[in-house]
Amino acid sequence: MSETIETSSETITLTIDGQEIQAKTGQTILQAACENGIYIPTLCALHADKENGLKSDIAPGTCRICTVRVNGRTMAACTTPVAQDYIVENDTEELNDLRKTIVELLFVEGNHFCPSCEKSGSCDLQALAYRYQMLSPRFRYAFSSREVNAESPKLLFDRNRCILCRRCVLAITTEDGKQLFGFTKRGDKSGIIMDEELVKNISEEQAQQAMHICPVGAIIRKEKGFDTPFGQRKYDHNPIGSETVCTTCNGEKS
Amino acid sequence: MSEHIAAISDIAAKYDNDPNRLLDILIDVQAQERCVTDDVTRQLAQQVGLSWADIHQTVSFYHFLSETPRGEYTIYLNNGPVAIMQGYEEVAAAFSEAAGCSIDSVTEDGRIGLFVTADIGMGDQEIAALINRVVFTCLTPEKARALVKDMQEGLSVQDMARKHREYGDGNNSLPAIHSMVRNNIQKAGPVCLGPYEVGVALRKCATQSPEDILSQIKASKLRGRGGAGFPTAMKWEFCAKAQGPERCVVANADEGEPGTFKDRVLLTERAELLFEGMAICAYAVGATTGSLYLRGEYTYLREYLEQVLEQMRADNLLGKDIAGKAGFDFDIRVQLGAGSYVCGEESALLESAEGKRGEPRNRPPFPAQSGYRAMPTVIDNVETLASAAQIIDKGADWFSNMGTEESTGTKVLSISGDCDRPGIYEVEFGITIGELLDMAGARDPQAVQVGGPSGHCLNADARDTMISFEGCSSAGAIIIIGKQHDLLAIIDNFMEFFTDESCGSCGPCRSGTWMLRNTLRRIRQGQGTREDLTSMRQLSEVMKKTTKCGLGHTAPHPILNTMDNFPHLYEALIPEQSDIRVFDLEASIKAANAAVGRTSASKETREKEEEQL
Repeated sequence: MSETIETSSETITLTIDGQEIQAKTGQTILQAACENGIYIPTLCALHADKENGLKSDIAPGTCRICTVRVNGRTMAACTTPVAQDYIVENDTEELNDLRKTIVELLFVEGNHFCPSCEKSGSCDLQALAYRYQMLSPRFRYAFSSREVNAESPKLLFDRNRCILCRRCVLAITTEDGKQLFGFTKRGDKSGIIMDEELVKNISEEQAQQAMHICPVGAIIRKEKGFDTPFGQRKYDHNPIGSETVCTTCNGEKS
Repeated sequence: MSEHIAAISDIAAKYDNDPNRLLDILIDVQAQERCVTDDVTRQLAQQVGLSWADIHQTVSFYHFLSETPRGEYTIYLNNGPVAIMQGYEEVAAAFSEAAGCSIDSVTEDGRIGLFVTADIGMGDQEIAALINRVVFTCLTPEKARALVKDMQEGLSVQDMARKHREYGDGNNSLPAIHSMVRNNIQKAGPVCLGPYEVGVALRKCATQSPEDILSQIKASKLRGRGGAGFPTAMKWEFCAKAQGPERCVVANADEGEPGTFKDRVLLTERAELLFEGMAICAYAVGATTGSLYLRGEYTYLREYLEQVLEQMRADNLLGKDIAGKAGFDFDIRVQLGAGSYVCGEESALLESAEGKRGEPRNRPPFPAQSGYRAMPTVIDNVETLASAAQIIDKGADWFSNMGTEESTGTKVLSISGDCDRPGIYEVEFGITIGELLDMAGARDPQAVQVGGPSGHCLNADARDTMISFEGCSSAGAIIIIGKQHDLLAIIDNFMEFFTDESCGSCGPCRSGTWMLRNTLRRIRQGQGTREDLTSMRQLSEVMKKTTKCGLGHTAPHPILNTMDNFPHLYEALIPEQSDIRVFDLEASIKAANAAVGRTSASKETREKEEEQL
């Protein structure tokens, strides 16, 4: 799986929704859009910044919500590199409807009760549901039975809220690269598991990072939770994607 | 206990404690211990330098690996589409009753484990099962009961097989295979199953330049036989031009598409031709490393394939300075799979061969740029590589004179289901479905499934449809479905297959497959609405546009095809004025009823139930 993205310095030109932008070869469409203040939604790809402590951008390519049309073909913006003269469609009715469907599928697949969730107000899934004006999902709920794991002294892992994006799997590793989180099984039985030994000894910083990068409220730091009160959080006043710069880098793009 | 630890340690050491060989290690542990327990996972984690989580995710991905014991005798009964048409239920019931355990469980004494598995590549000799990796075909309820008795008496699986049915034809009877599997070659064509002398193609290859080889493959217009039909020469050129100190050639022998079994026969009867094709490809692209990714279901062929490789090394057709050409070095190893359909997707296959979960990679980079262990890699279907060898021997013109303009050469088809002569047919591209049906002796079928579940479900109007890349393209599976079968039950089987085989990594595939399956089931139970039909179409569109790999793109095909080609089946199941959702009160409160110890919701049903008691 391609995990990190390296860029070079050669500059090329492409258009996104008719707007001509400059990008560096090796960058993904998502990265180029982000640098140029164009919003493409993401749930799995994450831009490295000071707050999340990532060393480089990650793009698991799992959520597919960043699907755009590149020269007419649908592609994931987070894993597709830019190329000279690409014509990218992003904010179109068709693509936004695809994205809405993906959000709906995630809502019915898991058990998401926003009113009782610690992440409410800074949850990317909730914010995207508002953005795409999801009222009631058009699909039937799975009412899946999912385990909550509270055995780790520092982390609470609530699988009901997990959207299997794999940010934690890719980003939270030991210094020698061993994974603390893993992906288990496949198909409709897929899930995220924790390495109990390694998670037991997780550092304060990594525990904080795990909670922070989780796009939903699946990973919560025990006895800490979130500092910002409800009502004053990231998306409470500014809907996701409303800023001129991409929310994944919170305007801190270096 | 310490002996036990040492045994595991020896297995890992056999593969140099190399995390890239994790799949081989796990397969061997499973074979020896009948499971890969948590403790073993922890031990292996230490030994190969990964975390428990990292190894667990691989173990939990593959169908033939398990964390709990699967019995001294592990039965994997095939529940593919042809099996369910030909009496799977009865055979499964017989196994279950005789063994005294239900499906997906192990007898109390730990002796017999009974599990199901998707198609094992025996569609022409169903009902089939694997017992400790040995193939049993043509099972009936009586035979199932006899096999259980043998297991209870402690017979070896080899002895059970010999008692059960005599060895199959051709190489199946060789000591290295000794299998009851039959080839069922109904029509041998000129390319893959035609006349062939070992070594001729490879020796001709060694006298020419790599560029000459490439130009002959290009002139033959050979296209990939796995279904997608990518021009083979173009793929080889990409790899030849890619930067890298070493290159690799992989033969994809993971034919997991239900209804496909042509590679089984090619591997049994034309292994040398395949390996020559791989060596020719290696010569053309400058590769030194080769790997045959053999699906776990075909483990029974491994020993034979190793023998063929050994003989070819002895004959200077593999190894160093092949065919006397200085510097032409190339060798092949057999990599076993462990039960996963998506591993047939080339990048998933590479992940699997590297000891990881078999999940499709994000592309780019493409395998030709960075494939197996980051080497520029060519991955071709078994049939493609075998065809390439014949092209080098007999010429590009000879090959391109067969078939159609866009689809040159022949196609090896696996025909199964309701027909008189199921088996292997090597035919020129351009043959029509009607001609095939006549050849196989299929009269008046209800439907023809071309290319397996991911392909096309055709109705009686399709007799003139051509098998070709420009017409109806497929990896070679043709399943004939007679009028006596409930077609939507077979479509249900396909959707269950995709739901289970989706790697789970990308969201729209993971949730789209079960959503389609559940909606279809609701419709089949008479609780569907017109809205459900619309929503299945919408969801299918989303899956086609957003999923990462071919599995997600094609998983909606069974539903879409039948909605288009067999609309009456859906019409018959959906009540006329069902704009509102049909609600089954009894089914919906079953769990609640069970919890409070009440049998049923309505007085009426309760009374009916009491009467029945």
